[in-house]
Amino acid sequence: MGKINLDRADPDFRRELAKQPGGDKISACFTCRTCTASCPIAAVNDTFDPVKIIRMALYGLKEDVLKSDFIWLCSSCYTCQERCPQGVRITEFMTLLKNLAVKEGNMPTGIRAQQDLIKGEGRIYPIDDFDNKKRDKVGLPPIPTSCSVVKKLFPSE
Amino acid sequence: MKYAFYLGCTIPARSRNYELSARKVAEKLDIELVDVEGFVCCGFPMNASDLKAAGVMGAYNLALAERKNLDICVLCSSCASQLTEVAHDLSDDGPEREEVNKELARTGLKYSGGVRVKHFAHILLEEVGEEKIKEYFVRDLSDLRIAAHYGCHYLKPSEIYDDFDHVEDPKSIETLVALTGAKIVDYHGKKRCCGGPVLPVVEDVALAVAKEKLDDISKTDANAMCLVCPFCSVMYDDNQKGIESEYDTTYNLPVLYLTQVLGLAMGFDRKELGLNINVVKTKKLLAQYFEQ
Repeated sequence: MGKINLDRADPDFRRELAKQPGGDKISACFTCRTCTASCPIAAVNDTFDPVKIIRMALYGLKEDVLKSDFIWLCSSCYTCQERCPQGVRITEFMTLLKNLAVKEGNMPTGIRAQQDLIKGEGRIYPIDDFDNKKRDKVGLPPIPTSCSVVKKLFPSE
Repeated sequence: MKYAFYLGCTIPARSRNYELSARKVAEKLDIELVDVEGFVCCGFPMNASDLKAAGVMGAYNLALAERKNLDICVLCSSCASQLTEVAHDLSDDGPEREEVNKELARTGLKYSGGVRVKHFAHILLEEVGEEKIKEYFVRDLSDLRIAAHYGCHYLKPSEIYDDFDHVEDPKSIETLVALTGAKIVDYHGKKRCCGGPVLPVVEDVALAVAKEKLDDISKTDANAMCLVCPFCSVMYDDNQKGIESEYDTTYNLPVLYLTQVLGLAMGFDRKELGLNINVVKTKKLLAQYFEQ
């Protein structure tokens, strides 16, 4: 991202975020960059920068944040949140942004695949008879191959 | 000591070596692990896309354990943090629990806030104790030089784990490994994430994160890595060959689960601990323990 275009800013975004868990403390950020300096993703990829994402959200750059690819690079390792001297719940904030991005239609295919498997099969690695054969061979008990309870937990999916 | 044994998704499908060795170690130490048929995904992989649904998945598993009047033993660190966090959030009889119970009602279950969740390593240190564990050791592992990997969700967010270990200076895994006589190798970057949660988003970023740790460990005299999470193991064991070919380098670093190290000291054989299932071969490293 180059220059910030504040004409695109949505002044309500900050207030919208402040009402939700993870977004309620971001205005305490004083840009010390402890988060970015501690981030294992930022260390290998320069498109991911936690302090910049917090600033962008505070400036109201809603679309630039929620339509971005970079929010999905957060590994939710909690290093930033544990170290933030201002008590900003950065990992929870990143999770909030990802949840909001999904509502705007921004969802990586791998994340969608995981969600479909969980809501459809109850597991990210559904167990089949072949898995149970391998389990039996080494003396492990079988795991159920179907999971109907997710249909009750998520009836609208 | 009796716990509902929560395996999650990755372990029964991809980490049978972890499950096998944990069951052996538990049996030896008289920890009864009860298999609960209805357990589903803990919800952790869905936090990013649907936090509310992820919480309902977690609560459903807690409610199943509660119906059996059991606390939960977890092997996977992501499952541990997810279930611990949901149990933490739902421990008070407030509106949050009421809302979750409305969802659970369709399954005929209800959660009343009474389940404790513990990672297997927490149970070993807090309930069994170092002295008792040592009583069962029959092999001296002093030729092993082990670099411990704690990973993230085994320790964090720290507020849900009741001061079990220190986030910035963790000791629990090394304390347990040191009981076996194995040498503990400290290294730069010990607290770094494995990169696993980014794997379904951008694979090369996830592998670049995992590579950093393999590089750091390869600068030491460690001859094995030890960890407590199946997803970290996917990154360092299953993906080690891929990282080697992508970056034209060689590590050949065996990656052992904590329960495999303890089980080895307890005298179990290769197959009992699933050591033949590990992707990076352990045969040469452990040859002296299995000679006839």
